[in-house]
This record gives sequence, structure tokens and C-alpha cells, in this order.
Amino acid sequence: MILRRPLLWLILLLAALFAWLPLHGNNVSLREDLILVALAIILTSNLNLMIGYTGYVNFGHIVFYGLGGYVGVYLMTVRGWHLVPSAVTAGFAVSLMALLFGLGILRLRGAYFALATIGVLVAVQSFVSNFEPWGRSTGMYVSFESYAPLGGPRHALWTTYFLIVAVMALSLILSLGIKASKFGLGLFAIREDEDAAIVLGVNATIYKAIIYSVSAFLPAVAGTLMFFKNGTIDPSIAFEFMLSLEGIVMLMLGGQGTVAGSALGGGLYERLRSYLLTSPRLSEFHLVIAGALLLLVIRLAPGGLIGWLYRLVPRSREVIE
Amino acid sequence: MSGIFASMIDGLLIGSVYGLAAMGLSLIWGVMDVINLTHGAMIALGMFGMYLLFNATAINAYLLLAPMIAGGLILGVIIYWLAVNWVVDRPILMSLLSTFAVNMMVIGIGTAIWSTSPYNVDFSVPGITVGEYTFTGNHMFAALSAVLIALLLEMFLRRTRTGKAIRAVADNRDAAELMGISSTRVLMVAFAIGIALAVASGALVSTLFPFTILSGAGYQLKSFVVTVLAGLGKPFGALVAGVLLGLLEGAVSPFIAISWIPLIEFGLFVLVLIVFPRGIFSRATA
Amino acid sequence: MTALLEVQGISKRFGGLLAVGDVSFNLMEGEILGLIGPNGAGKTTLFNLVNGVYKSDTGSIIFSSKNITRSSPDQVVHLGLARTHQIVRPLNGMSVLENVTVGACFGREYQSRRTARITALEVLERVGLASRANSPASSLTLAGKKRLEVARALAARPKLLLLDEVLAGLNPTEIAQMIDLVRSIRDSGVSVFMIEHVMQAIMNLSDRIVVLNLGRKIAEAPPREVVQNPDVIVAYLGSPDILDKLRGSA
Ligand SMILES: Nc1ncnc2c1ncn2[C@@H]1O[C@H](COP(=O)(O)OP(=O)(O)OP(=O)(O)O)[C@@H](O)[C@H]1O
Ligand SMILES: [Mg+2]
Repeated sequence: MILRRPLLWLILLLAALFAWLPLHGNNVSLREDLILVALAIILTSNLNLMIGYTGYVNFGHIVFYGLGGYVGVYLMTVRGWHLVPSAVTAGFAVSLMALLFGLGILRLRGAYFALATIGVLVAVQSFVSNFEPWGRSTGMYVSFESYAPLGGPRHALWTTYFLIVAVMALSLILSLGIKASKFGLGLFAIREDEDAAIVLGVNATIYKAIIYSVSAFLPAVAGTLMFFKNGTIDPSIAFEFMLSLEGIVMLMLGGQGTVAGSALGGGLYERLRSYLLTSPRLSEFHLVIAGALLLLVIRLAPGGLIGWLYRLVPRSREVIE
Repeated sequence: MSGIFASMIDGLLIGSVYGLAAMGLSLIWGVMDVINLTHGAMIALGMFGMYLLFNATAINAYLLLAPMIAGGLILGVIIYWLAVNWVVDRPILMSLLSTFAVNMMVIGIGTAIWSTSPYNVDFSVPGITVGEYTFTGNHMFAALSAVLIALLLEMFLRRTRTGKAIRAVADNRDAAELMGISSTRVLMVAFAIGIALAVASGALVSTLFPFTILSGAGYQLKSFVVTVLAGLGKPFGALVAGVLLGLLEGAVSPFIAISWIPLIEFGLFVLVLIVFPRGIFSRATA
Repeated sequence: MTALLEVQGISKRFGGLLAVGDVSFNLMEGEILGLIGPNGAGKTTLFNLVNGVYKSDTGSIIFSSKNITRSSPDQVVHLGLARTHQIVRPLNGMSVLENVTVGACFGREYQSRRTARITALEVLERVGLASRANSPASSLTLAGKKRLEVARALAARPKLLLLDEVLAGLNPTEIAQMIDLVRSIRDSGVSVFMIEHVMQAIMNLSDRIVVLNLGRKIAEAPPREVVQNPDVIVAYLGSPDILDKLRGSA
């Protein structure tokens, strides 16, 4: 049972800490730091469902986040919806879109799929930049009225923060649940050898499309929440290729295929990046450092930090999944 | 009507530069089964290399292609030993990530030096006017240079020992090794040539349009499209497919906003992969 | 006896090469049907057609009264037709137990992960891999990997098991164990269709044998008759030692 797995309790503890730390003493700057860490963990753990669990590299994972942001902001601003239904609807809408895309591009294997995901990103960005209802390349602003139902902007920011933390916990629990499930076993089989998995009875086409779609849901929800918080959205920030790629760096750093690895990699890398970006001397070089880090990790520790821990303390496998 | 004609001529000329870029990607992909994600960054380096070299020397930009290619070869050898040699034969994820890591580093350094603002190479060759249309000199020279380089490569691959070894390794690496060909050396040379082609195409593009350090990404996408159109490991096919893509762009660009083009290219890419997994030039088997 | 598998006029062409041409045969419930033929005769391709890895260009395949001619491999497994690979394909990053659990989870009974684990442990016991259950699949020897192939297929609880050269590369002791295993599988009610180059084994195990040469079926008979068949002798003439083995073992 999932309730008996130590990692579940660690996840809940992490979420509780995230919620409590900034609230205690009303520390807004800590909140802003932690929201980025939470976002990194959300993106990384969902990306892990594709790369780590299924063995399909998605270079364009950020598309889900950006589209989720667009759908949500559109529903709130133009349609006047409340934040939560907007975010959930955005999640479903983007998942559905991913399912359709997935049925097309998941016929491609290996590197071809990876390239197609770059294409998806470019194509979606190009579409959104020309889409009139979403403000083309200038994007959209969140109307001031949207904050009112949440008790005004100040209150709304806190609410959004708690929601993001909840989505983070859900992402990790989702990863944990899938890993232990029959569905997850099928995905791992696909990762190891797709043809062999099919011969063993795994319906790879459906499985891949479903996981692609599932991996879109929570990032899309997070997209709505984040862009609501930021107050504005446009194609260049919503579909930032670099962010998509940094997700991969985070995952490799932590250890692909593991739940804890995606959290650890996401958290650590995000802190490192924030540090680099705010440091006057290093900010320009954060990409260089990220690239070098990625190269080092895949060369020296292809299993990431968690893989390294497994080798150091083999028994840790039973606690950290 | 003459509008679309002119635009297609332009497309044709630019297409040969796309083709040249794609030849580099296709060569590496075909020979060592590595998808070189440094490609876009190398194209961008070609642009800035040309910019620096031209500003320093002020001689005819097309003559500067020779040192650019030499520089590209050296760069290729460095990157091969830094990030490629140890991922050949590893799962595809590894080579994607390691070349991608180099891409990030190059783009990162480039952004630190040049920011992301546009630059251009201030060099132009006079054009020829036929009737109401002027063929820009730079377009013609760029296309000519691209075709010339492609021909040289084809000759190199067919005539020289190293070229033949490259083709043998691309065909069947194990068999080539049994015949005493050192595949590491061959892979390194092929990789270096692939990088040099990307650099050269970037250098050519820089004489046509303004560019930023991020401009390579767009051309990288085009290279992917062209490579799958042509089928893997068919460098000369890539040149032809590049011209086709350029023509297509030329034909549609009078009618739609330029920002739609990536969407069309991507659609084409996926369609081709699904319908002709081995490229449009290979006859259907099975 | 009723036919479990009815193959009617199936073919597969690879470019100019006819790998399997117009092959028909029946496999009876409870029998061990052998499939032999020189290298490149099209045996593995025939298996790939039967379990849906390739789609036949012509003809039809009926399994357990269902038409599976156009079915995909995963659908075929759910109906109770499982197979092994000639070139072993373990899921390397997973443990031996997990490998077999995949077979049980997605097999005919579509077991839950928990039940599948129990099934997998049983099957591992049966094929003699129980002690390796928690080792990574990649750490097994070739003989171990062949057993793993059989175990995964068995875990699917099939009605028909396709075995592609499970004896190749094994030493005499391992061969003897594997032969016992195949017999016990049949005795447990599972029909077997097996490709084998080890002549003595296939002659002793099979109830009947189908012979392929250059993609065509050239004989279908009990082992004793197959070795007397002139076409079979001609097909094997290129390798007289095999001919001797055929004669010697029948
Ligand atoms: N996917 C494929 N594409 C092209 N040709 C193929 C393919 N699969 C098999 N062949 C060819 O079809 C023929 C039959 O191959 P197959 O593997 O079925 O032979 P086999 O009887 O199993 O041989 P062996 O005893 O060596 O295992 C061979 O000539 C082989 O090269
Ligand atoms: Mg075979």
C-alpha cells in the first residue's frame, strides 16, 4: 500500500514545511524563492514520467506549462472564471491536447521522438504568437478583477503559493503511485525495450499516449497558477526553450527514473540557478555552468545524485524510490 | 505572379544554404548515429565568426569561408573529444544530452559576449537585374558557395581514402573495423566535417540576414526537417532537400506571415517521419 | 483433437526476398510441434507472423477460434499466445522478478501487480531461477537469459507457447534441463511450437515437425517420416553432418 511507503510521508512533510516556513513570520521573499523551487519540482517530476519512466526524451515539456498558463489566464481574464476551476480546466484541456499530439508523434521512436518534441514546442509557440484571442505576440494581462474573489492581490499571492505547493506534492505522489502500479511497470518495460514489452503484452501505443497526457496535466495547472501570480503572459516567457532544457538538467542531476531524484534535482538546481542569476559576476554564465554540470553528471554519474546514493548505500533503495 | 516567382528564386538560393547546414547534421547522424544538438550553436558561431573575421580583415566575405571551415574543423575535433567520443554506442539519451550540454555552454558564452541583440555583416556584392526583378548578389554568392562546398564534400567522400573510410563506417562500423579501419579516427573526422559544414552555413547566412546568438536554433530545426526529408546519411540528398524546403518557403511566404513558417516546417517534419520514415529519396521497401 | 492454431497460406516479403511463402499448417491442442529448416529458412519470420510482430501479406491465422491475422503482439498475448526471442531480450534495467512480473501482468489473465508477483515467483521456481529473482536481468548468463525468456512467456499463462531456439548456446547439462522443462510445460496443458537446430532434442520432443526451406513448407510429418523425406534431405544436403544427425536421432 502507498500509505506504507516512507517516501509518501517525506513528501507530505516537505509540503508542510514549504507551507509553514514562509507563513511563519510572513516572509515574502522566502515564499518567492520557494515557489520557484516548487515549480522546478513540479516540472521535473512530471518530465520524469516521460524520460525516467518511459525512456522518451521530451525536449518540449515546457509547452504544457505555457499552454496551461494561456488557457487559465484566458478563462480568468476573458471569461471571468475563478482561479481554481480555470487551473483545473487548463489541466484537462492541455492533457487532451497532449493526448492528440501524442497519438501522432509517439509513433516515432527514440531520437525521432525527441526531435519531434522540439518541433511541438516551436510549432505551439508559433501558433500562439499568431493567435488573436490570446493577444498574439504581446500576450495577455491578468485583469485586476481576477484577484478580487481571492481577497485582493496580497491574499491571492499566498493562496496561489499554497496551491503551487499542493500541486508539487501531488506531482510527487503521482510519480510514486505510478511507479508502484501495473501501469508503471508497463512503462518501465517500454523504457527498457519497447518491442520486447509489446511482445510481453504491453499496449505501448496507448501507454505512451496516456503517460504523455498525464505528464501534461499538473504542469498545465501550475502554468495557470504561476502566470496568474505573475499577472502577465506572452509567448516568449510561456514557452521558454531554455526552461524546458533546464528541466532535463535537473532530472539528470537528481537521478532520472526516481521520485526523490526529480525532487532533489529540481530543488538543488533551482537554488543554484537563483544563486547564479543574482550573483553579479556569474549571472551571465549560468547557462555555461548548467551545461558543464550536465556534461559532468552524465559522464561521471549517469544515475544522478540518487544513483550515486544507491551505489554508496544500497539499502537506501528501499526508502528512496 | 512575378512576386511569387521572385520569392521562390530567393527561396531556392537560401535553400541551398539550408541544405549545406543539413549536410553537416546528416553526415554526423548517418555515420555515428549521434544527433548533434550543438548544431544550432555551431551555426550561430559561424555567424559570429564571420562577423569578427570580416570586421578584422575587411576582405571579401566569401573568401573568408576557407578560414571559417578550417576553424570549424578544429572546433569539431575539440567537441568530439569533449562530448561525443564517449557517448557513441551509448543510449541515444546520452548523446542527445551531452551534445546538448555543449550547446548550452556555447550559447551561454555567446550570450555573455554578444548578448542577444542583432548583428550583421556589412558586406554586399552587387546584384543583377533581370526585367523587374533584382537577384541580390549575396544570395547568389551564398548559394554558389554552398553548392561548391557540397560538391567538394561529395568528391572527398567518393575519391579520398578517408572519405571512403567514412562511408564504410557509416555503412557498417563493425565490418569496417574488421577491415582495419580505425573507427574512432574516422568518427572524429566525420564529426569535424559535420561541424565545419554547420559553421560554413552559419557564415553564409550571416551575409544574408541580421542574426543573434540564438538564431542558430531556427536553422537547426530546418536542418532536422531537411535531414529527415532526405533520409539519414545522405549528405547530397540533404542539399537537394534543403533547396526544396527553401522553394517551399519561398512559395508560401508571400501569402502568410513569416511567424507561421515554423509551424509548417514542424508539420512537414512529423508528416515525413510518419509517412516516409527513411526519407523521400529512398525507394519503398518491405 | 482440435486445432489450436490454424495457419492458412501466410507469406512475408522483405523487398525482393520472400522470407515466408504461402505456408499453411495446423497445430493441435496439447501437441509439441517442431519447426526446423536451414539458417535463413524463415522460421523466426514465421513466428513473427504468428504473434503479430509482422503482418502477413496473404492468408489467415486463426488461434483458439479467433482470427488474429491482423492482431498486434500485445493483443495476441492476451488471447493466450506467448513467445520467446531467439536473440534474448531481457529488460536489462529491471530485476529478474520484475521481468517475469511484466509477463504475468500483461499476459492472458491480465493479473494485478500483486497477483503477478506471486505468479512470477512460482514460474521462477519452476524454471530454476528462483535464487536469482532479485538480481538484475543483465547479470544472468546466456542460459539464464534463455530461461528468463521462457519464464516471462510462461507467466503470461499461455495456451500456446512459441519457443525460438531456446537450446542454442547451452551446454549439454543445460540442454537436458531445458528439455525437461519443455516436457513439463506440455504436460501442464500448454501446447508448444518450437524452433530448434539441436536435432536430437527436436526429434525427441516433437509430436510432429514442420520443415521450412527458402520460406516454403517442404514437409510436415512425425519426426520419423521427416528424416526420410527426400525434399528434406535435399534441403539439408549442403550440410551432410546435419543429415547424419537427422538419421541418427530419429
Ligand atoms: N526485418 C527483416 N528485413 C529484411 N529481411 C529480413 C528481416 N527479417 C528476416 N529477414 C530475412 O528473411 C530470411 C529469413 O530470416 P529468418 O530470421 O526468419 O530465418 P531463420 O529461419 O529464423 O534463420 P536462423 O536459423 O538463422 O534463425 C533471411 O534471409 C533474413 O535475412
Ligand atoms: Mg531464427
